[in-house]
Amino acid sequence: MTETAGPERVRSTEQIGLSAREAAAAPVPHPTGNAPPRDAASWARKVDRLEVDPRVGVRGTNVAGRRLTGPIQGFGKMWQKSYRMKAGPEIAPEQAIATWREHFPEFWPKGNRFAGALTGINPGDVALLDLAIGGGVKLSTGVFVLYADAESFTLMTPQGHMFAGWITFSAEREGPQDGGETVVQALVLMRANDPLYEIAMTFGGHRKEDKFWAATLTALGERLGLPNPVVDTKTTCVDTKRQWRHANNVWHNSMIRSVLQTIAAPVTGLARMLRRKDQGHDKGTATT
Amino acid sequence: MSAPAITMDVRRIGDEIAVVDIKGEVTAACEPVLMSAYEAASDGRTNRLVLNFAGLEYMNSGGIGMLVTLLVRANRQRQQLSAYGLSEHYREIFELTRLDEAITIYDNEESALNGVVK
Repeated sequence: MTETAGPERVRSTEQIGLSAREAAAAPVPHPTGNAPPRDAASWARKVDRLEVDPRVGVRGTNVAGRRLTGPIQGFGKMWQKSYRMKAGPEIAPEQAIATWREHFPEFWPKGNRFAGALTGINPGDVALLDLAIGGGVKLSTGVFVLYADAESFTLMTPQGHMFAGWITFSAEREGPQDGGETVVQALVLMRANDPLYEIAMTFGGHRKEDKFWAATLTALGERLGLPNPVVDTKTTCVDTKRQWRHANNVWHNSMIRSVLQTIAAPVTGLARMLRRKDQGHDKGTATT
Repeated sequence: MSAPAITMDVRRIGDEIAVVDIKGEVTAACEPVLMSAYEAASDGRTNRLVLNFAGLEYMNSGGIGMLVTLLVRANRQRQQLSAYGLSEHYREIFELTRLDEAITIYDNEESALNGVVK
């Protein structure tokens, strides 16, 4: 990279304390010609609305046709939450992420289902989720794999999900001064998607989410062979303002829709059964 | 120590506009660099901040998260955030993450400074 003297140049390296991995990275030459950028294969292709195939074991509603939502499209206060776990010096960051990507659904707490692609977590995949919200109701929603490389992957949420934002799962080696251990992290950047979710998050939702990701990281730690995985949780309010212009996101609220879908399930099931019976009867009549 | 993975030069255009020339890799790890550049660009009079991504070589999802944090800070100061110099690839990422709904994207510096989407 050619460097020119600038009046207010801000440089990286030890002056501002970059991570060991970042500081050790060799300078990358300027992109030349039409060669694709180094990160091209790690990002999902652009989508306007999500498309999904049915998956076994989940209801699979409230995802198809929905748009993705980032923190900008959400309603509530913006939070950044980090869940960190030291994985020791023997486990390489790439090894931790490979295990996480390959077995992602297995680390989820009981009662919650993640139905992703059979090949693991890859950019552009859509996974369907059934989340336990109590009272025998499962919240049906999904996530989109926005980014995935050897050291991290990111999931983004659709309209109607509890929150608008993304969760980045990453692993990196600490500098020698910090012990040189691999640290595994889930980092959530989110806003509650609508006013109802904001209330739900305030009264127990955040606590439930903290428990969820702590349990997930603990399960990952156990799979990696850690004798006593410890998860450190840190929560920061990035923006205290609520975005009232997005209050109408409530129209897509997957919790309300999931409750209605659960209530209506016996009726729709019966209707489907009768329809099948009628079709069978018609076929029988036609052949006799 | 090896050469830095990113540099950000701040240029002032008149009293109210600052351009940040970003060269290198945008990841979560460069947040201190970006925030320092933001501090240098914001002197109380700046109401428009233009990010020049022509020198962008690599960006991961952590980098996008960092831009959201920058956006929140700029909004708090009632500053308008815009960008130019994005390649087709990075423009698509802005659209995919819907960052383009909050950070106006221009084709070049001239249109960014004039505030005209081409």
